[in-house]
Parts: sequence; C-alpha cells; structure tokens
Amino acid sequence: MNSADSPIAAGRGLCSCHVCQLVSRSTGTSRAQYCPRCGARLHLRRPGSVQRCWALVIASYILYIPANTLVMMETGSLISYRKDTIVSGVVHLWRTGSWMIAVIVFVASVAIPLLKLFSLTLLLISVQRKSTWNPQQRTRLYRLVEAVGRWSMLDIYVVTLLAALVQLGSLAVVKAGPAAIAFGAVVVLTMLATMEFDPRLIWDPLQKEDFHD
Amino acid sequence: MTDRNAQLIACHECDLLQRDIPLNPGCYASCRRCGAVLYRNATDSVDRTLAYTLAACMVFLGANLFPIFAIEVQGDRSAITLFGAVLSLWDQGMRSVSALVLITAIIVPALELASLTYLLLPLKLGKVPPKYPLFMRTLQCIEPWGMVEVLMLGVLVSLVKLTNNFRVIPGMALWSFAVLTLLLAAAATAFNARDVWARLDAKRQDLESR
Repeated sequence: MNSADSPIAAGRGLCSCHVCQLVSRSTGTSRAQYCPRCGARLHLRRPGSVQRCWALVIASYILYIPANTLVMMETGSLISYRKDTIVSGVVHLWRTGSWMIAVIVFVASVAIPLLKLFSLTLLLISVQRKSTWNPQQRTRLYRLVEAVGRWSMLDIYVVTLLAALVQLGSLAVVKAGPAAIAFGAVVVLTMLATMEFDPRLIWDPLQKEDFHD
Repeated sequence: MTDRNAQLIACHECDLLQRDIPLNPGCYASCRRCGAVLYRNATDSVDRTLAYTLAACMVFLGANLFPIFAIEVQGDRSAITLFGAVLSLWDQGMRSVSALVLITAIIVPALELASLTYLLLPLKLGKVPPKYPLFMRTLQCIEPWGMVEVLMLGVLVSLVKLTNNFRVIPGMALWSFAVLTLLLAAAATAFNARDVWARLDAKRQDLESR
C-alpha cells in the first residue's frame, strides 16, 4: 500500500488525542498544544518514545538477573527447609506433581517476562532502523505484549498471600525473599516500557515525511 | 474546526485516518491497515456498565472485608484478608512489594469503580458530572494497573500450594473475588469511552445553550 491511498493523520497536520481520540488540527509550532475536549497534551508522536522505552527495557534486563538468581520464597517447617528461586520453585512444583500449577507459574513468571523483553527489544531495533518489514505482524506482536504483560504479577500475589498466611511459628513459616522486590520491579518497568512505546512508529517508515514530537 | 474533523478517526496504533461510520449494536470497527479495534458500538453501553459497576462495588466490599482463606494446623487457625496480607508483608520489611500489591489489587480497582459510578450515574440521570474530563482521563490512565483477574489466579495457585500441606478453609472473599473478576470483565466489555465522551459533550452543549 503506498502513501497515496493510506492518509496518515500526522501527514495531514492532524493530531489524535491519546485520551479521548478526538482528532484536531496540529498548529505545527513548538508551542504546547492541548486537546480541546479533554485538555490532555497533544503530540503527533509520543515524545522521546524510543529513548525512554530503551531505558526502561535495559533497566528491566539488569533487574531480571537478581530476580532469577536471588531467593523468591523461603519455606520452613518442622521437617524441611527450602529456599526457592523462581525457576527452582517451578521445578519443585513439577516434581511434587502439581503440573498444572507448574505450567501456569512457568508461563507467568518465566515465559512472559522474557517474551516481553525480547519483543520490545526487537520492536525498538526495527523502529530505529526504520525497517518496513512486516509492520502488521510487528503491530500484532506489540498488542500481544500489551495484553499479556500484567499476568507476570502472578508470582508476586502468590508470595504475598503465602507469606502473610503461613506464619505458624515453629510449625511452618513462609517468607518472601529479595527476588520478589527485583521481580516486582521488572514487571512494573516492562509495563511502563510497553506504555512508552508508540506503535505508530512501526508504520511511519512507510511514509515519505518524517514526524517528530 | 473540531466539528469538521469529528467524523474522522485516526487509528491509535498506526495513525491511519479513517471515516467514522455508524455501527450496528454489538459490532466493532477495525483499522483497515493494521486491524486494531477503532471503536465499538456496545448495546446499552451506559446502562449495562452502570449495572455491572454498582454490582461490582458491593462485591468489592465483600472481597476486601472478609478473609480469603484460612489454614488449620493442629487446631490452630490462621486467616487473612487481602489488606491483612498487605499489612503483614509491610511488617516483614517487603515494603515495595506490599505497596505494589496494595495499589494494583485494592486502590486501582476501587478508583476505577468510583470513577465509573461518578461518571455514569449522573449521565443516566440526565446530568453532567463536574470535571468529567479529569475522571475520564484518570480512568484511561489507571486502567492497565488494575489486576483483579491476576490476583484471582494468584489466589487459586496459593490455594493449590497450601492444600499440599494444610487443611484449607475457603473464605467469603474467595467467592467474592471470583464474582468480582467476572463483573469487572463485563463492565470493561460494556463500557464504551467514545460513546460516553460523545454523550457528555452533547449534554454539556445542550445545557450551555439553554
């Protein structure tokens, strides 16, 4: 599809509000502009989208290391005492026969964060290289990342509930480990990175003009 | 100027300009280039969202006031509410995690329900709530951070983990959370921000011209 039969709002000097979707005319000057309906700041494209998204993604990669190497949950009882990282927790669940739960926790705490980080990296690199390769599939990938991101909070909730409930002195104790903090930060940062990324940048290389702001 | 552009819509994912066409109830319009959902025409949007929201408000109280589950070991019983779990984690020194759970599982859903009621109840009664753009913006901004459905799955996973070692007694809030998850999903599906904006604007202009 060429740009003649695919009119882009930014190409026509129009700007769509990110809150209420009202399309209004962009003045094109550097002065701040606000949506006439809802008062949100208007931008043709999210300002600094790529840089901020990179910063958040890199921070997430760094925090992903302690999230997986440190202890997520300590479980102690009269007969046993164990310290589990995220992965060893999944393996333990699998060995003790809770396959369903093991799969759910694996998907939420291992697969989804990695999927998010790799996908965002791929999207960022392709946008920076102004790639025109398969924008439809890349938009789909972005939508997937946006939709599944929240589910990695699962382990945080499980640890919270167990650590709060199982406080029976010498009989049984569950404690949340330091990995919970790092992992919570990874979830929040990757969600922020996903919000910061502007999917319209995927489509811009198909256009001749350059849009800033 | 805005009126002339009112029938135009720009895709929020690829910025393609398209003309806004009226839809049959229950249908949605998708971008012809990238396939993103542009807008929907939900049946009886305001009425249904309001009904689900009010029901969810009541269930939300139940979900937060009653214990989720209790465990029993040698006659000792220990039960927790969601807020109790947050407090307990705070006392154990995991303050950032505790704050994260408080925000995503309690504060954001409460704010969402409050904003929806504040916006839709007056609209239903033919009034315009003051400062409505602020509440519409809040609603849009906090929407990704409400995670009741994830919490529900977390509750189920903890339940299975606990049954391996303890006798578990399910509490009132467990059922409340299950119902709340369904009601919030129903409210989100029925809610149509575009329609609410249009109605509030029309009503305000109507009141101003009088």
